[in-house]
Amino acid sequence: MGVAIIKYNAGNNYSVLSALNRLGTEAEITDDPLKLRAADKVIFPGVGEARAAMDYLRSRHLDEVILSLKCPVLGICIGQQLLCRHSMEGDTDCLGVFDADVLRFRSDNPEFKVPHMGWNTVKITSGSGVIPLKCDGDYVYYVHSYYVPVNPYTTAVTEYVTPFSASLKKDNFYATQFHPEKSGDVGESIIKNFLEI
Amino acid sequence: MLAKRIIPCLDVKDGTTVKGVNFVNFREAGDPVELGRKYSRDGADELVYLDITASHDGRKTFIDLVRRVAANISIPFTVGGGINQVEDVEKLLNAGADKISINSAAIKNPGLIDEIAARFGSQVCVVAIDAKLENGEWTCFLNGGRIPTGRHLLEWAHEAQERGAGEILFTSMNHDGVKTGFACESLLRLHETLSIPVIASGGAGELSHFYDVFSAGKADAALAASIFHFNEIGIKELKSYLREKNINVRI
Repeated sequence: MGVAIIKYNAGNNYSVLSALNRLGTEAEITDDPLKLRAADKVIFPGVGEARAAMDYLRSRHLDEVILSLKCPVLGICIGQQLLCRHSMEGDTDCLGVFDADVLRFRSDNPEFKVPHMGWNTVKITSGSGVIPLKCDGDYVYYVHSYYVPVNPYTTAVTEYVTPFSASLKKDNFYATQFHPEKSGDVGESIIKNFLEI
Repeated sequence: MLAKRIIPCLDVKDGTTVKGVNFVNFREAGDPVELGRKYSRDGADELVYLDITASHDGRKTFIDLVRRVAANISIPFTVGGGINQVEDVEKLLNAGADKISINSAAIKNPGLIDEIAARFGSQVCVVAIDAKLENGEWTCFLNGGRIPTGRHLLEWAHEAQERGAGEILFTSMNHDGVKTGFACESLLRLHETLSIPVIASGGAGELSHFYDVFSAGKADAALAASIFHFNEIGIKELKSYLREKNINVRI
């Protein structure tokens, strides 16, 4: 049934929907398990706080729905973090698709402001991820205070305070810490690539 | 490496026109969406839309505009003007804004920052500060610079950060509109005092001012209006210049 965007309390759904529409793709924003399970692609967006987001997902059994999905899934920003095992934000147990913990940026260096906000470059470390190879070295847009360290599922890295996971992949689950829907032409290429998986 | 950001600011009246824009050869100069799209194409890193409408109807039109911007533009944008309570923030974020900017309302009711940060996260909350240097002291002003508050710039900026602001947008009233460069010394003090990013505003007149604000002022982003609107400096040209001077910008 096409592309579904998960509706929950930490979604910047309208921005993601608009990005899809600009590419000529229709999508439905929904929290209906049947519709999510029937979708060809699911996007799990996010702007918000980890604990509140997980509480919301669990209260509606969306956690089980997400874990049961067999189609390509794209987690964005806090969507990527919630797909990990645990987040330091609110000491929150997350979905556990990626066997990695989400940490907070810590820096005594005034050059590194937190949140990490703005455009930074991605270095692709594995061609299996959602970022097309032509985007290696390009700038993408970040807004976040928590990050996923580099781990076996990392497919792209960005450096800020420390190298961290710009993008992850495991089986049918893809994720980006940055916001492709806000990353101009580069972001559009990444979303297009996901739609073509 | 994180790039320094260039941010054009658009003053919007009644949701449909941008004030103070005069492009030669740009047909739809008054349309905020078209103008935003043009800046995005030219390489702007973010946009700021400030609602300068006073009327109630104008505010509803502004929400419609926010929706159109979100639908049409693929870079982040901040909206400000007339935000007094959490409900105003919610409406603007639901319409697709990435961040909101509060100014007078935050000084009058600092708890508003805590409320916004708790509900939507610090990253959406930009606290804008208009300050003026008088007798060696930087004092914050309300209502577009008409009413002095007695609050000191650094002290208020720090309080805003502690309450949950995600960024500080500092406009020097001494430098605004004069086009002799940004308030680099004070920006450096803000940079040293704060652990959140600082956007510099007020004073841009030529290319070298942007080099100074990033190198001497250590600003994370620089905002300007008229020099972009009147095409005195193009964003492409500005970014090539900064790149040549070894300032990391997104090109």
